[in-house]
Order: sequence, then structure tokens, then C-alpha cells
Amino acid sequence: MMKSYQSLEMTSINAMKQEFNLYTLTRKLFSGLLFFSIIFTSLYAQDGDPVKGKSLFNANCAACHQLDKKMTGPALRNVETRLSEDEGLDRVWLNAWIRNSSALIKSGDAYANKIYAEYNGSAMTAFPQFSDEDITDILAYTAQEKAAPVAAVATATQVGQNEGGVSQELVLGALAILFGLLALGLFLVNKTLRRFASANNVEIAEAVKRKSLWKAFIQNQFLMLVMAVFFLLSSAYFVYGYFMQVGVDQGYQPIQPIHYSHKIHAGDNGIDCKYCHSSARVSKHSGIPALNVCMNCHKSIYEVAPSTATEEYTKEFYDGEIKKLYDAVGWDDAEQKYTGNTKPVKWVRIHNLPDFAYFNHSQHVSVAGLECQTCHGPVEEMEIMYQFSPLTMGWCINCHRETNVKVQDNGYYDKIHEALTKKYGVEQLTAAQMGGLECGKCHY
Amino acid sequence: MKSVSKIIVLALVFVTLFSCQNDNSPNYQYFPNMYAPIGYEAYGEYDVFPNSQEALLPVEGTISRGHSLYEFENTNEGYATALSDLKSPIASAELDAKRGKELYEIYCGICHGNKGAGQGKLVKREKILGVPSYADRAITEGSIYHVIYYGKNTMGSYANLLNEEERWQVTAYVETLRAELKK
Repeated sequence: MMKSYQSLEMTSINAMKQEFNLYTLTRKLFSGLLFFSIIFTSLYAQDGDPVKGKSLFNANCAACHQLDKKMTGPALRNVETRLSEDEGLDRVWLNAWIRNSSALIKSGDAYANKIYAEYNGSAMTAFPQFSDEDITDILAYTAQEKAAPVAAVATATQVGQNEGGVSQELVLGALAILFGLLALGLFLVNKTLRRFASANNVEIAEAVKRKSLWKAFIQNQFLMLVMAVFFLLSSAYFVYGYFMQVGVDQGYQPIQPIHYSHKIHAGDNGIDCKYCHSSARVSKHSGIPALNVCMNCHKSIYEVAPSTATEEYTKEFYDGEIKKLYDAVGWDDAEQKYTGNTKPVKWVRIHNLPDFAYFNHSQHVSVAGLECQTCHGPVEEMEIMYQFSPLTMGWCINCHRETNVKVQDNGYYDKIHEALTKKYGVEQLTAAQMGGLECGKCHY
Repeated sequence: MKSVSKIIVLALVFVTLFSCQNDNSPNYQYFPNMYAPIGYEAYGEYDVFPNSQEALLPVEGTISRGHSLYEFENTNEGYATALSDLKSPIASAELDAKRGKELYEIYCGICHGNKGAGQGKLVKREKILGVPSYADRAITEGSIYHVIYYGKNTMGSYANLLNEEERWQVTAYVETLRAELKK
């Protein structure tokens, strides 16, 4: 009884202590919060949320503006401070410009007209849907300090990789030394054993001189006959193989004037083949894209992302290749305009059918609906383009024999398909049965 | 010992034969004059052309067969008149939504997204930013065609990738996408 009373007293004292502790803790926390909130409000007195601003910026502004680079419109880093310091323009002006720049230009505002003329009269899209808060957020994003380059991290990882290489070399070197020591040991053991043998007058048996294997072989006529037949057959095989590959360029992988990676464009970024090679849809040729097609994207993509670089090809290398494109097409990246000084790129042709064979891309791409990869192989994985297929006649014919003609949604084939399926007694016609083996189809 | 030297010689011959295989240059041809064309080939290099370049633009002041003039200029005023005045010459019966979709997804979807909301693969991968949704812009069939023809801001011209009829098919498809986005 006595004991339980005591314990009750103890717990109540403990509880009191806890209560006291909680009270001091909350008081401390509260004062701390107050302190921090004062600091924050003074720092970000009228500033918005740069994270929200970034997503707004990327969705609405980034088509024409970047933070540190002139694009269709000016660079926007610290635009608010710059405007107020250099031009004496405040947030009211900026709001008016962002929500309807053309109205501001028409009103005769001096700076608005100046900037409009400076950017060759490209009108900025009006954003009347932006609230004051949205604009504040965006400006908060543009007012952020430029982030330090990530190069330091990259070099650090590179060093790490190099260390890996060094350790491998070390292991190999140690192994080589070990083998050397072993060989030396064997040699020494042999030498001492021989010395012991001569000291103890033990005769070491000399190897018996036998008829050499070569001579025995030559004297055996049956073996010689078999060998001769074997040599004749194998040389015929090699000569045939040599003649059959004359004029076949399978695997041809020339060095192009600009290192264009199909892997990055068609593979990683999933750009359709026909985006660049648009004439494959409608003409005999699958055309090489004119450089303005490159500029559709590379007007805004002036450098590769750090994640694009590989061990073999660095970011600097890829950026240099984009510079080559700018040089060829005459694009002044700093001024964001064409200089008119163009240098055609001399691409090296890879796939080249002989003049006596006719091939039409549109017939295969648009009518037959073949995938480009059927003949050109896994282009989306090729860092450097090469010829995947042999492009020989046997290869063409083989495909014509195996491939069914695509007749769906093609009224042109209705009649002939009906007639020929009856004639051959089949459900589906192959290209060969449709005349795909006629000499005159390709040779005329 | 003689046979060893013979083997070495044979091996050397093989090594030189195989090392001659070079992927950077094309193979031999048997009677190359049967392979090389006599006529001018597309993209060829011939002295008769300026800069030896076979690929040429049409002579100034001429139009290729099957092409027509586009009368709106590449200016803000041209854009404004196209926005209000330009109408599709293609009757709605001739519109081929399937082909329009196919072309749209090759040429436009990569940035504008296959739904037209500005979320193409290049945007998602943050290669190209700031592509607007069609629903957020006051566009008409005239202005869509005008922008396909000339490009606008960062967008380039698609006049050489799509012919006139294809441009109108794509325009019609963009309008259906926009109507769906606006729902």
C-alpha cells in the first residue's frame, strides 16, 4: 500500500517536470520562429516563389527567352533590377509590357519602341492571363544568382574513373612481374639440377633424333592428296567469297564532315526518321535534310545537355559539332540572326545503288508502309551511321519473296489483288507474285 | 626452321590482306562505269552548276510545277491578315484526318505533343522549352497555316517538309486538337 502511494507521487512529479519542459520548449521554438520569420520577410519583402516562377517561365517564356543568352527576345537574368537601374522603369511598366506589349508600343512608350526595333519587330505574345503574383514569381526566378557550373563534379568523377584505370594497370603489372619471377625460378631450378647431375656423374638422356613430322607427312601420298583437295576447295571458297563482295558496301562507315549522331536524335529524343528525311515519303530519294531543318531545333539548342556526353564523346566535342552547323548555315548565335554567309556541308553518301538498278523510296515507305529500319537497320542506335544491309540483288529479291503486299486501305490494288489471289490460289500476295521479280521492275 | 619462316610469311600475307579491309572507304566495283550514272544525280557535284552544287532553289521569279504562290508576307502585318483572311482551300470532304494525324505526329508532335498541349518529347526532356498549348493561343486556320509556312519566333519554317496540301491537312488536324483541348 505504502509502495503504490509512493509510486503515484513519483509519476505525478515526473508529469509536472515534463509539462515544464514542454512549456520551455514551445516558448523557445516560438521565439525562434518569430526571429526567422522576421528575417525572411525582410529578405523577401515582395519577392515571389522562384520554383513556381521557374515552371511558369519554362512553360510560357522559354520559347523566346533564356536567362543568360539572347534568343528571339533578350536575356532575362535580373531583368527587373536592370530595368529599374538603367532605364528607371518599374514593375508597373513591366506588368504592362508582359500583359500586352503591342499596346504599350502603340501608346508611344519610348523604351518599348526601342526594344521592339532592336529585336527586328518581333512582337512578344501578350500574357493577359498572368496575375501580379505570377509575374512576381517569374521575376523572382529571373533574379536568382547564376548557378555555379557542374564541371567540378564532372572532373571529380573523371578522376575517379582514371584511378580505376590505374589500379587495373597496377594489377596487370604485378601479374607480369609475378610471371617473370616464376620463369626465373624455373630457370634457376633447372640450372642447379643440371649442376647437381654433372657433379654426381648422372647422365642426362639426350633426345633421340627421329624422322621429322614434316618429312613423314610429305612422304605419305594419301595425306598429300587429301591436303591438295582441301587446299583447292578452301581456296575456291575464299576466291568465291572475295568476288561476291566486290561492289558490296555493307558496313561502309565513312567519316562525315559533321559528327551527326542518329543515336541522340532518332534514339534518345525519338525524332521520327521522316522528320528530317521527309522526301522519303514522296520521292525516289530519301533526301538529306537541308540545314534549315537542323535549325528548326538547333536555333534554341545551342549546346548539348551534360547528360548527353558520353565517355567517348565529350560535351565540348558535341558543342563543337553544333558550332560547325552554325558555321555552315551562317547563323550568328550571339546576335541570333543569319549572316547569309553559308558553306554547304559535303556529306558523304553511304547508300548508293548502281545506276542500272532503280529504287524508289516513296513506293516502299508510303505505299508498302515499311519501317525504315527494315533496310537501314537499327539506325536509332548508331552513333556513326553505317550501311546495314548488303543492298545486293539477292537481298532485294529475298525480301520481295517473303513480304506480303499491303493492300489495306489501298483501292488501287483491289482488282489486281482479287485476280491474282485467284490465279495463285493464296490469301495474301507477296511482292514477288505481284511482279516484284520482273527484271524490268528495277532494270530498265 | 625453314618451314617456320614460311608459316610466318603466310601469316604476314593474311594479316596484310585483312588489314586492307577499311570501313571508311567504299569497296571496289567491277566495271565502275556501269555503276556511276551518266545523268546528273540529286545532290551531285558537277561543274555546270554554280558552286558545283546540283541542289538548287528554283530560279527567282519562277514557281515549280504543282506549287502555288503564297501571298502573305512574313511580317507581323502578314500574320495579322492571314489570321483574319486566309481560309483553307480544301473542302471538308477532302480532309483526311488519318493522314493529318500521321503528318502531325511526325513533324509537330515532337515539340507540340501528340495532343497539342505543348508537351512533346523534346519538351519533356527539357531540350526545347516554352512550347504553348494550342488552347492558350488565339489562332485560326489562317494563322496556323501561316506559321507552318514561315515559322514563328523559335519555330522554323516547315514549307520545305510539307507540301501545300499536306500543310492544310495538318492545319485541319491542329484545329481538331485545339477544339478537343478547349473542351
